Amino acid sequence: MNRELKRVSIVVMLMFVALLTSTTIIQVFQADSLTADARNTRTLYDSYSVERGAILVAGNPIAQSMPVADDYKYQRTYSNGPLYAPITGFMPINGSPTGLEHALNGELSGTSNAQFFDKINSLITGQNAKGASVEVTIDPVAQQAAWDALGNLTGSVVVTEPKTGRILAMVSKPGYDPNLLTVHDNQKVTDSYESLVSDKANPLIDRAINALNPPGSVFKLVVVTAALESGKFTPESTFPNPGTFQLPGSSSIVINSGGGTCGGGDTVTIATALRLSCNIPMAELGLQLGDKAIRDTAEKFGFNTDYSIPLNVSQSAYPLELDDAQLALSAFGQTSVRATPLQMAMVSATIANGGVEMAPNLIDQILAPNLSPLQSFEPRTMKRVMSAETAATITQMMVNGVQDGAASNARIDGVNVAGKTGTAENAADDPYTLWFTGFAPAEDPKYAISVLVEDGGGLGQTGYGNLLAAPIAKQVLEAVLNK
Amino acid sequence: MMPPSNSRGTATAAAQRPQGAKPVRVRRLHLPQKLRNLELFLLLIACGINAAAVVLVQLGALGHVDTTLVLLGAGLSVLVLCMHVVLRLVARDADPFILPIASLLNGIGVAMIYRIDIANGDAGWDSSAVRQTVWSALAIACAIAVLLIIRNHRVLFRYTYVAGFVAVVLLLLPLVPGLGREVSGARVWIGIGSFATFQPGEIAKIALAVFFAGYLVQGRDSLSMVGKRFLGMRFPRLRDLGPILVVWALSMSVIIFQRDLGTALLYFGLFLVMLYLATGRLSWVLLGMTLFLGGAIIASQTLEYVNGRFTNWLDALNPDVYGASGGSYQLVQGLFGLAKGGLIGTGLGQGRPDITPVPQSDYIIASLGEELGLAGLFAILALYLLFVARGFRIGFAGNDDFGKLLGVGLSFVVALQCFIVIGGVTRVIPLTGLTTPFLAAGGSSLVANWIIAALLLRLSDTLRNQPRLVI
Repeated sequence: MNRELKRVSIVVMLMFVALLTSTTIIQVFQADSLTADARNTRTLYDSYSVERGAILVAGNPIAQSMPVADDYKYQRTYSNGPLYAPITGFMPINGSPTGLEHALNGELSGTSNAQFFDKINSLITGQNAKGASVEVTIDPVAQQAAWDALGNLTGSVVVTEPKTGRILAMVSKPGYDPNLLTVHDNQKVTDSYESLVSDKANPLIDRAINALNPPGSVFKLVVVTAALESGKFTPESTFPNPGTFQLPGSSSIVINSGGGTCGGGDTVTIATALRLSCNIPMAELGLQLGDKAIRDTAEKFGFNTDYSIPLNVSQSAYPLELDDAQLALSAFGQTSVRATPLQMAMVSATIANGGVEMAPNLIDQILAPNLSPLQSFEPRTMKRVMSAETAATITQMMVNGVQDGAASNARIDGVNVAGKTGTAENAADDPYTLWFTGFAPAEDPKYAISVLVEDGGGLGQTGYGNLLAAPIAKQVLEAVLNK
Repeated sequence: MMPPSNSRGTATAAAQRPQGAKPVRVRRLHLPQKLRNLELFLLLIACGINAAAVVLVQLGALGHVDTTLVLLGAGLSVLVLCMHVVLRLVARDADPFILPIASLLNGIGVAMIYRIDIANGDAGWDSSAVRQTVWSALAIACAIAVLLIIRNHRVLFRYTYVAGFVAVVLLLLPLVPGLGREVSGARVWIGIGSFATFQPGEIAKIALAVFFAGYLVQGRDSLSMVGKRFLGMRFPRLRDLGPILVVWALSMSVIIFQRDLGTALLYFGLFLVMLYLATGRLSWVLLGMTLFLGGAIIASQTLEYVNGRFTNWLDALNPDVYGASGGSYQLVQGLFGLAKGGLIGTGLGQGRPDITPVPQSDYIIASLGEELGLAGLFAILALYLLFVARGFRIGFAGNDDFGKLLGVGLSFVVALQCFIVIGGVTRVIPLTGLTTPFLAAGGSSLVANWIIAALLLRLSDTLRNQPRLVI
């Protein structure tokens, strides 16, 4: 019987080897992919069980984890939630985080490489790991002023620091309260989320960086930059000044926004066209410049490029293929030209900074749990977009636009504001998109701003940039200049 | 070839019977209490580990030490020490490893069940850990009773057919209307009132092992007869196919009527291995495996629950299978738990085994893998392997065929049960509901496995007392 017993022993041995192998495969080789599986609630619970770092504005938390007595151990709370929602995003228990909660998840949850030694340390000392805190560049005064100024309109305000690229305000309306999406009740989160998603006003969209609208006349800044940088034009270059303009190869006509000619006379200069925001001279200029020159300049400003602040910013677009009619339309920001408020703020900031574009950035520093800085963000130059002379020339034209032109409602007593308004058409019967972008003070720019008002500001096709967007910019600039 | 069968059943049993009481003094000279002292030493270590496990669970999950349950655990230690004393008195040459291993596995199981109670907020008599402790006490008491009553295992040989009858009755009990209970689809439980539930199939496996051992020792001559040569192998004669067909039919009816794939596999596997040991014919194994696989394949095509088990096994991570009712949700949650454990585990009381459904019974291995990691699982598997090896040792060293067959059969049933349930959780084979011996929550399983431990202890004791054998 012992020979058979030996064989049975081998079979038993093999059975256990199979079990040792299968457990090893699961616990070692498949562990990472199983942990990363979206259905793995253990991973989700874990990401909650560390004390997640806070998001700080001027030292005060706008997002922080408060200890609670349930499975998740910490409740993520957002103070002044709707005001800062475009920055913080939210961290739901049953889905992916958004905003900085998503972009800096590694740092906030303490799993980034920079926190490797902290992790080892907490493993040895048995203390619970803590995430790093993130100090953002937002200026609470600017943010609050932008929020108040936008009122009940649908749109966005972005304020940046031209010399550094730091983003001082980033408001998107309508807002939402991220606290509704972080309660520890799957059903409630789902209900809140569904109602926000089905809301036609799209409150979850961060309009500052993800809303793509036709820029309309604010895009003329890009076209004029292209014209002056080409060396073929000066502010005094003249163009025919008809009351209507037929698009090449098309039956459609272009008119100036007020109707009639651009300030009278047979010819009109670029300076006047920009100051009064006329379309026909711009269409003529665009046709002479050609789409390549405009596109190159637009791309220098950051169109057709992805970047992250570290939130992902949607690509503003200058189309790659254009016929002549589209080229003429694109010269005043129509056809399929699209821009985010942040991109337009960057255009103004670049002009304000003597033609040098700084990388837009939302993060000042990342702080370890003991508040020692793990990582600091220094201002970073992206590129020189235009010469200092061109920048100075355009600045002067923008100042004139505010003082004595189409952007007059942005005027602030005692301060030279440089600005440009825009009133962009959408589909035939849709409300206009209204814009303002500019900076102040013009001689030593501290703040660049762009204002987006969607949905015609409630006025359908009768509202225009100077009526609705420029006063918002004025109110915000006044608030930050009087700080 | 056919092994020499020098012990022809009844005669041997009768001749060697008066052994329990007589030559005590002689034994004492040969082997002083060395074995028992080793057992005591190991047992104290096991009890220490068990107590530490409960304290670690409390520190990990509660954050403080709660003495009431530590005291309950201490009660368990007292019981196994009682059993040790009984062994000193009635089976002093029994294997010194079996009792410590069973105690350690039982204690770790209680600690893990207690940990899951904490997660579920169960306390008092709602708590599975308290019930498990009480069942453990009962099981150890049964084991002590077995040791005291059965002074010589050959007594069991006389009850071969009684054992067979008892096994069949136990298997049929859950099908009796009013008595049987259905738990998660399988009809393998009986209940008296709403309180006590019992899985008679667990006890049936012992009765079956006794029956198979006795029957095969008697009938192996005819079963070893050589029939036609086929595929380069000599197959048994057609007229000898009766027994294997009966056991096969029994297994198949367990699959069909009790809807319990694991138990059927356990019984049939046990029978095949014992048949092979008794006859030395590989052709029996081949025939049996063909029969069982054929039956299982037909069942997987016709019975929905068997088919589902196969789908869950092969395609567990598929979202459709995962989301389906009766799908792979539980299996995948177990895998997530194991993955979370990784190499060294989260530490007792610090994982989340309660996310997996039934983490204290079928999935206790996944729960332990989560909190003790691969290292802990390897240790547990090594304990099982050692337990089985001690049982097989009886088979290797024994010199009466009934004892050899019974010892190997009982240890093999433990090994196979581990393989079926742990293999199911770790996707070696389709998942079937069986309890992990000694570890999992469940009274019937504890009683059955402690009785197995007692029988192995008894067998190993008689083995060392064979005057002809020098170990």
